[in-house]
Amino acid sequence: MPSASTFARLPDGPAEDITILFNGEAVRARSGDTVAAALIAAGHRITRTTPVSGTGRGPYCMMGACFECLVEIDGEPNRQGCMVQVRDGMRIDAMSGARKLAEGNP
Amino acid sequence: MTGRVQLAVIGAGPAGMAAAVEAANCGASVVLIDEQPAPGGQIYRAITSAARPGKAILGDDYENGAKLTDTLAASTVDHWTATTVWQVTPEREIYMTRDGASHRITADAIVIANGATERPMPFPGWTLPGVMTAGAGQILLKTAGLVPQAGLVLAGSGPLLFLIAAQYLRAGGAIEALVETTPRSNYRTALRHLPGALRTPGYLRKGLGLLAELRKHKVRHVKTATRLQAVGDGRLQALRFSRAGRQHEIACTTLMLHIGVVPNVQITRALNLPHDWDALQRCWRPRRDADGATELDGIFLAGDGAGIGGAVVAELEGRIAGLASARALGTLETGKAEARLAAERSRLAQEMAPRPFLDALYAPSPEFLAPPDDTIVCRCEEVTAGQIRSYVGLGCIGPNQTKSFGRSGMGPCQGRLCGLTVSEIIASETARPMAEVGYYRIRPPIKPVTLGELAALHDDQAAAADRSLENAS
Amino acid sequence: MHPDVIIIGGGLHGLSAALHLCRAGFRPLVLEKDYPGRHASGVNAGGVRRLGRHFAEVPLSVEALELWHQMPDLVDDDCGFSPCGQMLIAETDKELAGLKSRVRDLAKLGFDHEKIVDARQLRSIVPALSAHCAGGIWCAEDGAANPYRTVSAFHRKVLASGGRVEAETAVTGIKRAAGGWIVETTRGSHQAAVLVNTAGAWGGKVAQMIGDFAPVDPQAPMLMITERIEPFLTPVVGSAGRVLSFKQFDNGTVLIGGGHRGRAVPDDNITALDFTGLRTSAQTVRALFPQLAGLRIVRAWAGIEAVMPDAIPVIGPSVAEDNAFHAFGFSAHGFQLGPIVGRLIAELVDTGACSLPIEPFRINRFNDPATGLS
Repeated sequence: MPSASTFARLPDGPAEDITILFNGEAVRARSGDTVAAALIAAGHRITRTTPVSGTGRGPYCMMGACFECLVEIDGEPNRQGCMVQVRDGMRIDAMSGARKLAEGNP
Repeated sequence: MTGRVQLAVIGAGPAGMAAAVEAANCGASVVLIDEQPAPGGQIYRAITSAARPGKAILGDDYENGAKLTDTLAASTVDHWTATTVWQVTPEREIYMTRDGASHRITADAIVIANGATERPMPFPGWTLPGVMTAGAGQILLKTAGLVPQAGLVLAGSGPLLFLIAAQYLRAGGAIEALVETTPRSNYRTALRHLPGALRTPGYLRKGLGLLAELRKHKVRHVKTATRLQAVGDGRLQALRFSRAGRQHEIACTTLMLHIGVVPNVQITRALNLPHDWDALQRCWRPRRDADGATELDGIFLAGDGAGIGGAVVAELEGRIAGLASARALGTLETGKAEARLAAERSRLAQEMAPRPFLDALYAPSPEFLAPPDDTIVCRCEEVTAGQIRSYVGLGCIGPNQTKSFGRSGMGPCQGRLCGLTVSEIIASETARPMAEVGYYRIRPPIKPVTLGELAALHDDQAAAADRSLENAS
Repeated sequence: MHPDVIIIGGGLHGLSAALHLCRAGFRPLVLEKDYPGRHASGVNAGGVRRLGRHFAEVPLSVEALELWHQMPDLVDDDCGFSPCGQMLIAETDKELAGLKSRVRDLAKLGFDHEKIVDARQLRSIVPALSAHCAGGIWCAEDGAANPYRTVSAFHRKVLASGGRVEAETAVTGIKRAAGGWIVETTRGSHQAAVLVNTAGAWGGKVAQMIGDFAPVDPQAPMLMITERIEPFLTPVVGSAGRVLSFKQFDNGTVLIGGGHRGRAVPDDNITALDFTGLRTSAQTVRALFPQLAGLRIVRAWAGIEAVMPDAIPVIGPSVAEDNAFHAFGFSAHGFQLGPIVGRLIAELVDTGACSLPIEPFRINRFNDPATGLS
């Protein structure tokens, strides 16, 4: 669950114009946002649990170095949320521990 | 995106843009490769975006970046955006991924200008959701116009902390407190370097201006805080610290950390270039000469990735490396190159004048170099400082052996967030100098690459012979 | 006090020889130019495999596996050994026929540890495997261990047993002395009655200092490791028709190796990776485990291995000099043999004889181009 966002957009900037899904829930975002920025803007601060201890983590460096913002994007696990720009309708899910084996076992 | 190029520049920050433009203007054919969708690097992030916050918020220094992106746009440089480099070889091959496909090119010369990363600032609780770097805060502001309205604490040391505080205040944001960890002794050490710094007084003037903005907004400014601890049940709820022997706690939902930046050495390390320990900046510097040339033929370095100097220094170093590589490629006549290089070097010396003062003043507090036992040092594999110390007790002699003992540095960030700390802890435990303890061996891919991307590596050069042995372990 | 045996090379074979010599009452000294396990011993894929061995190695390998299963008795640590099984996959009926013929030949020599499995049994042991595979050879008691942990355990046990290990001590010269050897190093000289060469990729150079000839080709087999993924694979998997060694660790990461070579620069302690070879490894994994195409490679590396022209090691006495012995050139599959080869070297030093057949590994099987002699 998100807490109320403690971040606000600058009033004279562009409006939030698209919708993405985070864990199935609609989140408004701005074209040009990275996934991680859009989630922070919406108050989602825990974006994965670790494969080691299962504790929650959220975006840390926002520049592709720390790999803390790993999320599943349109079915592809362990994407760096700070390195991917949002698209309308994009489906984002928190990573829960290690990735799973892809479906469709031959 | 295959085959041969004349000059490849890696990183489109100030150093990379300047190097690319300078070499292209000398007649070299140049590709500029960068991970982001637009030029600017982290310092000028989103500078070409119409949606970026205005000058009134981000300030003149940021707007200077537009001059660079304008000259880049007007140049013949071929800019490959959203392209992740994952290996550079001494033979000047560059492997990269773009749109889910891998490519390999070979360049006659390479300028590596991959910039800096925030110095890790480990203390108990720094992994809690809600804790992020001050650089991350700036990126949120520049790219998404996001300004904290409540619950923000800034902590650490260094000019960026004051800059982002001022930017947030100008943007109507709220700051609960700025908690400075600069040790008192730093002021005395720095004083010695003040005369040198006054040769280029602009930096100091700007710094004092930022402090005045904080005072005007009556931001709570704590100085000489120690024993930081972020606490919260599953997410950040407060920052605790000591000051003058007393415990303090400030409730917060966002904690932005900064104790300076350090060169991103992943590529230069993977190239096996020699690195020197900079005892003042407490970081590794890949070795290069005054032109940015390394011991590897045709490979040059520029900008913060080779040693921290800031955006203006990076731009000057970029020009120098651009000119030097053009000279090496034969598109700039040696005599002309010398005159222009001399001019850029003299400007560089002027810009570097305040560095010793700033480096001494904002030298990181020892508590963040070798943090307390209960601090997670390797965020990916969740290895604590205490565990690293216990490995040393078991006979672990260096950072590479800690990998075998407890997987530190083996997660997806590939040691970026723990490399310095693990070496500092070993150096302190074994009373050996950092230069002797060394650093992780960094192995490609320097950014994770999928099996599918590697399997589809596009490569127009002859495949190496498959010298397989049926009898491999 | 002088050591009675000097062992040159602090990899697994050198440390194992030292340990077995300690157990036989000797006081060995191991000289290591870097630190124990810095090269192939510490960074290999960790396969503990009898499966698919050259027939000359099988008796040693079978005996070695016994030691792996009792590792805590030997070094007070299980070395991360897990008897997870090893599977050699045949993708086609033709490949499977080849494997069946191998297993029959092995049976004639009196070994029955390799078992043929059909496609259905293969899928039950390796469920994630692509459906096209025809069968394979299964060695249920084989497995994998942690290489650096293994070297560390042997190192500790050597020290606890009265042996000495000098790291960062490179051998610069070897001379005969009255009743033995003088070994000169970057940190002074040492004297002992007996010399053992376990110098791995540098074993050819040491052999030359002693007066023997062995054409060692230093190579750099490459390995890749992936990010974590939920458990999907128990055994170590190899392929009859392709170059592959494939293993998932308990922590979820997957090791991909098997033999594609990078470039070794032994004089500089450097290996360089060749991503054309690693591309082939990635293609192999994608073909056998198509669901893994999106799995990320986090790191790749290569160790420096000593490869012999016939891909089997040199084990046995010097032909040039008395009181000198060799064990090197394991050609990228020496890890599993470490515990037993050390014991054989100790037997040779102690009694001059050896309890297992090592004749195929004699050093004078190669022609010396300098002298024309073998």
